[in-house]
Amino acid sequence: MIAIVDYKAGNLTSVQLAFSAIGREAVVTSDISAITSADRVVFPGVGAAGSAMRHLTDLGLLPAIRAVAANGTPFLGICLGTQILLNHSDEDNGVETLGIIRGNTQKFKPSDPWQKVPQIGWNRIRIEKKHPLLDNIEDGSEFYFVHSYYPAPDNFGSVLCTTDYADISFASMLGCGNVAATQFHPEKSGRIGLRLLENFTRWNP
Amino acid sequence: MLTKRIIPCLDIINRRVTKGVKFKNNVDLGAPVKMAIGYSEGGCDELVMYDITASAEGRPIDIGMVQDIAKSIRIPFAVGGGIATLEDMSRVLLAGAEKISVNSLAVQNPDIIAQGSRAFGAQCIVLGMDPVATSDTRTCPSGYEVTTRGFREHKGMDAVEWAKRAEQLGIGEIVVNSVDADGTRDGFELKVTRMIAEAVRVPVVASGGAGCPEHLRDAFNVARADAAIVAGLLHTGEYSIKRLKDALDSFGVPMRMHW
Repeated sequence: MIAIVDYKAGNLTSVQLAFSAIGREAVVTSDISAITSADRVVFPGVGAAGSAMRHLTDLGLLPAIRAVAANGTPFLGICLGTQILLNHSDEDNGVETLGIIRGNTQKFKPSDPWQKVPQIGWNRIRIEKKHPLLDNIEDGSEFYFVHSYYPAPDNFGSVLCTTDYADISFASMLGCGNVAATQFHPEKSGRIGLRLLENFTRWNP
Repeated sequence: MLTKRIIPCLDIINRRVTKGVKFKNNVDLGAPVKMAIGYSEGGCDELVMYDITASAEGRPIDIGMVQDIAKSIRIPFAVGGGIATLEDMSRVLLAGAEKISVNSLAVQNPDIIAQGSRAFGAQCIVLGMDPVATSDTRTCPSGYEVTTRGFREHKGMDAVEWAKRAEQLGIGEIVVNSVDADGTRDGFELKVTRMIAEAVRVPVVASGGAGCPEHLRDAFNVARADAAIVAGLLHTGEYSIKRLKDALDSFGVPMRMHW
């Protein structure tokens, strides 16, 4: 069973619909035992880091997230879910986040005012490191992004893909053992996004 | 590089896609789900659906329609029409849409933007606005006035000021829809689109008037829009998304060319 963690951080229906489009059932849940006993865990989210951490705390989900990330369960972070895997976010005047991947989350500060924030739309990924989730996905493929902040991991070894925006090249996909995490939205990235999710359902880290 | 987006727009009346000129004389063009799948597979970058009579009829949005479309496409999907409360927003998101477009009801109650933005994140909340040119520059210094209810009501509000205020309230994106251009296929209203794009830091979407690839090029290069909404020229079959994108690609506009 695939568990999609529900921590009141926005739109989870589209993630569930994407799995059903590839013939895989996924449940949206905030039940601790459902999450810890799942075969695979998806940790999505949109919105702000501060309220996300508050909801995770209030729902008592922090230990469960840490446990599945540590015990080898295939784990996929998406967007805000990815950002809060790092140690710290600059959002909401600074928030301590999960610290599952070392690094922090920073805000885009483009020198060109025409580079709008949030970045909304399709942008290219540069594959920095081979990974099972990127099987049959070409370097330069386009995925859908919606975000004002980006992950900045300490260790370049955890960077699977980078993407250029607002004067920088940021980590658009991270991977660390059984944890993989995308800044883009595979569930909204058409056929190529479904391919990544399909790879995730077959991944045995 | 971030690509410019082409967004087909489905105006829905009684579960059918329709198209009018300047918001009048709508004709039936087809079944929404079938058209949504066609555009999605044809390479559009996003899709928007407006339940265009919900507001005027004072009823909530057709949630079944939202669900049916959301189930059938795997690209970003925005929904507008008759969204008045947080509850309405939540239902639309749960139905599988990712963006909610507010327009008339946000003018009446701007606080709905702040509430929606806090509850669901700014990226979910899109402001649709319908500016018209006005000579009353005392009330509207930009020369553009906000209208609501399908351009029927003039609000005595400056369009650029409203865009800035909405940005402060927490909007994630602004759609600038021109009545003067709507359905005419004479090109987008570049002036007001650019004024708003310059005034805010969030992405701006040009809407109304697309008739050929050059119009989209101008929306991107002259008005500096980040995305453009198209309807008529796709719905009639005159252009495919592929043909539009090939033309824009040849003009040097960054486009997503593989899907």
